[in-house]
Amino acid sequence: MGNFFNINRILRAKIHHSWMVIALIIVIIIPFAIAVCLYYKSGILIKETSVLHFLFSKDWRPMHEKFGLAPFIVSSLWVTVLAVLFSGPVCLLTGIFLTQYTRKRFLEMMHPVIDILAGIPSVIYGVWGILLIVPFVSKYLAPLLHISTSGYNILSGAIVLSVMIIPFILNILIEVFQTIPEELKEASLSLGATKWETIKFVMLKKAFPGIISALGLGVSRAFGETIAVLMVVGNVVQIPKGVFQAGYPLPALIANNYGEMLSIPKYDAALMLAALVLFTVVLIFNLFSRLLIVRMEKNN
Amino acid sequence: MPIRRKKIEEEFFKSIMLMATLIIITALALIIISILYKGLPSLSWEMISQTPKGGFYFGKEGGILNAIIGSVYLSIGSTMLAFLVSLPVALYMNVYLTKHAKIVNIIRFFLDLLWGVPSIVYGAFGFSIMIYFGMRTSLLAGIVTVTLFIIPIMIRSMDEVIKTIPKGLLETSFSLGSTKSETAYRIYLKQCVPGVITAILLSFGRAIGDAASILFTAGYTDSIPTSLTQPSATLPLSIFFQLSSPIPEVQNRAYASATILTCFILIISISARYFSKLFNKNKISL
Repeated sequence: MGNFFNINRILRAKIHHSWMVIALIIVIIIPFAIAVCLYYKSGILIKETSVLHFLFSKDWRPMHEKFGLAPFIVSSLWVTVLAVLFSGPVCLLTGIFLTQYTRKRFLEMMHPVIDILAGIPSVIYGVWGILLIVPFVSKYLAPLLHISTSGYNILSGAIVLSVMIIPFILNILIEVFQTIPEELKEASLSLGATKWETIKFVMLKKAFPGIISALGLGVSRAFGETIAVLMVVGNVVQIPKGVFQAGYPLPALIANNYGEMLSIPKYDAALMLAALVLFTVVLIFNLFSRLLIVRMEKNN
Repeated sequence: MPIRRKKIEEEFFKSIMLMATLIIITALALIIISILYKGLPSLSWEMISQTPKGGFYFGKEGGILNAIIGSVYLSIGSTMLAFLVSLPVALYMNVYLTKHAKIVNIIRFFLDLLWGVPSIVYGAFGFSIMIYFGMRTSLLAGIVTVTLFIIPIMIRSMDEVIKTIPKGLLETSFSLGSTKSETAYRIYLKQCVPGVITAILLSFGRAIGDAASILFTAGYTDSIPTSLTQPSATLPLSIFFQLSSPIPEVQNRAYASATILTCFILIISISARYFSKLFNKNKISL
């Protein structure tokens, strides 16, 4: 009997081991499969003309087989950059406050707030944007500057996005500030610097790569966000010239047109190219941000 | 700089830091309050107990039971599927690869990268795969797409929990003659149950709330799906579609649906927090 159980145990260990390895392989294959699939599907477009042509052409007329992605890319850049500009300073100040000036209890009280912000689905952010941000922009903000707008514009999209990316930036910042060695701060304090001077000249300098990477992760989050932005940004194909104009970011382009493009193969390819651009940009920003964090952790 | 000016500067920055913190808290409060304020008045038992009747999208009677059930099916299915892949990988990284810290770090890095891929990209990918296999929009296609999307989230959250277990436990278990898989599933997993539940809940929350990945894969229908090959309505999409209607009654129902989804998410977040506290309380340190 004993022998039988032993064989059984070894067999079970082997089965478990192989499933673990298979699962790991599946996980590793996923992103490559995505990249290959998107590249392959956008193939008929790229084969004829260079990718750069599509990225910089303003001409988007799918029915005439003109697939310039520039209006969408520029819109995406607008909302992303604005969102990070709004969100970055707020997160930076909050991060310093929570890690340096408050007790641990308060930081622990903020954790659920950050968690829930991260957990709220994108469509709920969109509903919130329509309920509060769009009327706010059209009725209060724009009249202040003597501009009339429906409120469905780049600015609304950026405000909604800036709230959505708070948890991602703030979590990294808190982690970064907590890894700054205590001795470093003590050395500065013992030399007579005030706490704020220590933060300003020692901690922020040391944390600089971490801050950049937190913002980088915010950028990649904002760049790929779909439904919430789509609901408030207006979706007009144009190169926006100001924050009060409607925009049409890349993810919204894919989401809005997916159903109808099947009849035109090149249309399908253009949308896949848009997805590929999205995938690549997000991965690059993620890669550099994560590399910075890893390097910083090693240095500390 | 005289000490007084330093003091003033510090106080100034302290107050704007406090303001920044309050802005974040206010933003969250505004989101929840505005959704509840608009949604609660239109919320009725009819909404959550009935499927759409004829003329529902013109403000006539019916409810969104189809979307609620569809979302629950979709999220449970994809969470289970993702669990089958994620738990073994998380355990493999922490039990089998303990001697290869470098490889584990590379896998972690890789998963963090994957975590950042937008769900619309998974949606486009899932859709292409679906077309490739000649399938139509269905519950199954939705489940597979969402599974791909939540796998990195689930593995990384489990990994964060499992990696806190002290090495001593591993060595003790090996020295008593247990195999690696026994150590993984019987010792490590048992030790981490609350943490693993937190990871599952987080992924479940992601799955139930995401719209972009299922926009083209799960489809939309007014009836409750009875098999995996049928299309299925989902809560996020029902909110999205109802809100784009020009009829006020239908829009109000979108707010009510948003309230339901928000409540789901709040319950999930709070219970995830509870289990994570439970895990931290019972954490062993050798």
